[in-house]
Amino acid sequence: MKINVSKKSASITPSGIREFFDLVLGMEDIISLGIGEPDFVTPWNICEAGIYALEKGYTSYTSNQGLLSFRKTIAQYLKKKYNLGYHPEKEILITVGTSEAYDLAIRALINPSDEVLIPEPSYVSYYSVTQLAGGKPKYLSTHETGFKVTPKMLQEAISNKTKILLLNYPSNPTGITYTVNELKNIAKIVKANNLIVISDEIYGDLTYDFQHTPFASISGMQSHTVYINGFSKAYAMTGWRVGYACGPENVIDAMNRIHQYTMLCAPIMSQMAAQEALINGDNACLEMKKEYKRRREYVISRLGEMGFTFPYPAGAFYIFASVKNTGLTGKEFSCRLLKEKKVAVVPGVAFGTEFKNKYYIRVCYTTEFEKLKKALNKIEQFLKEL
Amino acid sequence: MKEILELLRKNAKLTAKDIAKSLKKNVSSVEGTIAKLEKKGVILGYKAIIDENKIKDFNPVRAIIEVQVAPKRNLGFDYIAKRIYKFPEVRTCYLVSGAYELQLVVEGKDIHRVAEFVAEKLAPLEGVKGTVTHFFLKKYKEDGVIFGKKDENHRMNISL
Repeated sequence: MKINVSKKSASITPSGIREFFDLVLGMEDIISLGIGEPDFVTPWNICEAGIYALEKGYTSYTSNQGLLSFRKTIAQYLKKKYNLGYHPEKEILITVGTSEAYDLAIRALINPSDEVLIPEPSYVSYYSVTQLAGGKPKYLSTHETGFKVTPKMLQEAISNKTKILLLNYPSNPTGITYTVNELKNIAKIVKANNLIVISDEIYGDLTYDFQHTPFASISGMQSHTVYINGFSKAYAMTGWRVGYACGPENVIDAMNRIHQYTMLCAPIMSQMAAQEALINGDNACLEMKKEYKRRREYVISRLGEMGFTFPYPAGAFYIFASVKNTGLTGKEFSCRLLKEKKVAVVPGVAFGTEFKNKYYIRVCYTTEFEKLKKALNKIEQFLKEL
Repeated sequence: MKEILELLRKNAKLTAKDIAKSLKKNVSSVEGTIAKLEKKGVILGYKAIIDENKIKDFNPVRAIIEVQVAPKRNLGFDYIAKRIYKFPEVRTCYLVSGAYELQLVVEGKDIHRVAEFVAEKLAPLEGVKGTVTHFFLKKYKEDGVIFGKKDENHRMNISL
């Protein structure tokens, strides 16, 4: 018998670059500038906290919301760092990565055909998760506005169905982020239209030129915002799968009701390790950030010399470069670069519509300096041979 | 300047051009700074970090030697320290607090050479009150560098 899968699962648009992915995954001896996660392993004090948790027999469930002491640590951290006040018992939920936090937020907020505005290009999940939840994702193309959402674009896109605006800054795949004033201008539109903002700030700690500002910290916005964050990027903890959501009590409660039946709780040892990250991880985080910053300068300089154009990446570890003047599409560029030079980058179409992202590639600098240099030399050679 | 030093301390092979690009400076200013640092003796030299276990006959014997010494009037420990660290066998020499004063790392072709050095050169020196020798058995980590097999990178080739 052939089992029929659900229409919903079948309806999720398969990524247009799946073949390219399979190709890259199967190759050896390549230098990849296509890896969206830190090249560092988790700092040892954090790993050690995880090991200690196992040794002590912490192998059980936790409460659905997550360990209370961990939530308290998060509350203190947000208060100290951003002067953001969240009640650890009512307004914070520990999730299995930031991805789950987004899924829960969407499912807790969306009624059929509610619209979610998603800036494009963006990380892949937002669009599909919204679809899965029965919402209507609507892309806001930022290609003509320096890859930033503008109040004007927002105002024009809002309909009477619009309920949520997704923000992700610093952004994957562009590395752009917003200044306080830009956020304030977005906040005005959010307020005037009673929108909810789901703000994915997973790269917040990796902002290089100025202090990151959470959207919830903009005056009047805390009650409009579900703030989601995690440990994967700044603390190099992708495999631990820990994130969290902070928001108004009723939203966190609704998210927790879904979370309790689907995920139960985040792994206890990961929660304990992540708590150590918040308490004693600052130094390691700063060291990694310093290294990313240097690599960023290096890659910006090299790609600039080669004639690529890209929005200035103020955060995260990505550069979203146009390859249009090579005469190749991003996909062609990526495939040929892989085959001819054994260097992997990600075609821009992975981050939104074919139409808008056709001529872009995403370059990550999550690779140690010597390899990064080698890869850039190869790209330079590749361009010369075109 | 400190940033340049930090980068070179991690990787002395970085070129001035690489450093300039990483720090958003121009090449000639980086070259100038490095030249100045070398001239002033801030940068004393550049060398490779070698895992000697991986090559045959390239594995000298080393020992940590704790040395109890008496300070000299007006000269403190500097005089006796100099008498000791001038020997080429002494690779490292620290003045430390605690039960002994000088901590050395001494190198020799084999165990006998090291023992000989201690018995014939070091211990008889005036001002040396006693020595304790600890031979190195295995080097796990030195100056922030872990020796032996590198941990593999377990990341997938590509992810969004």
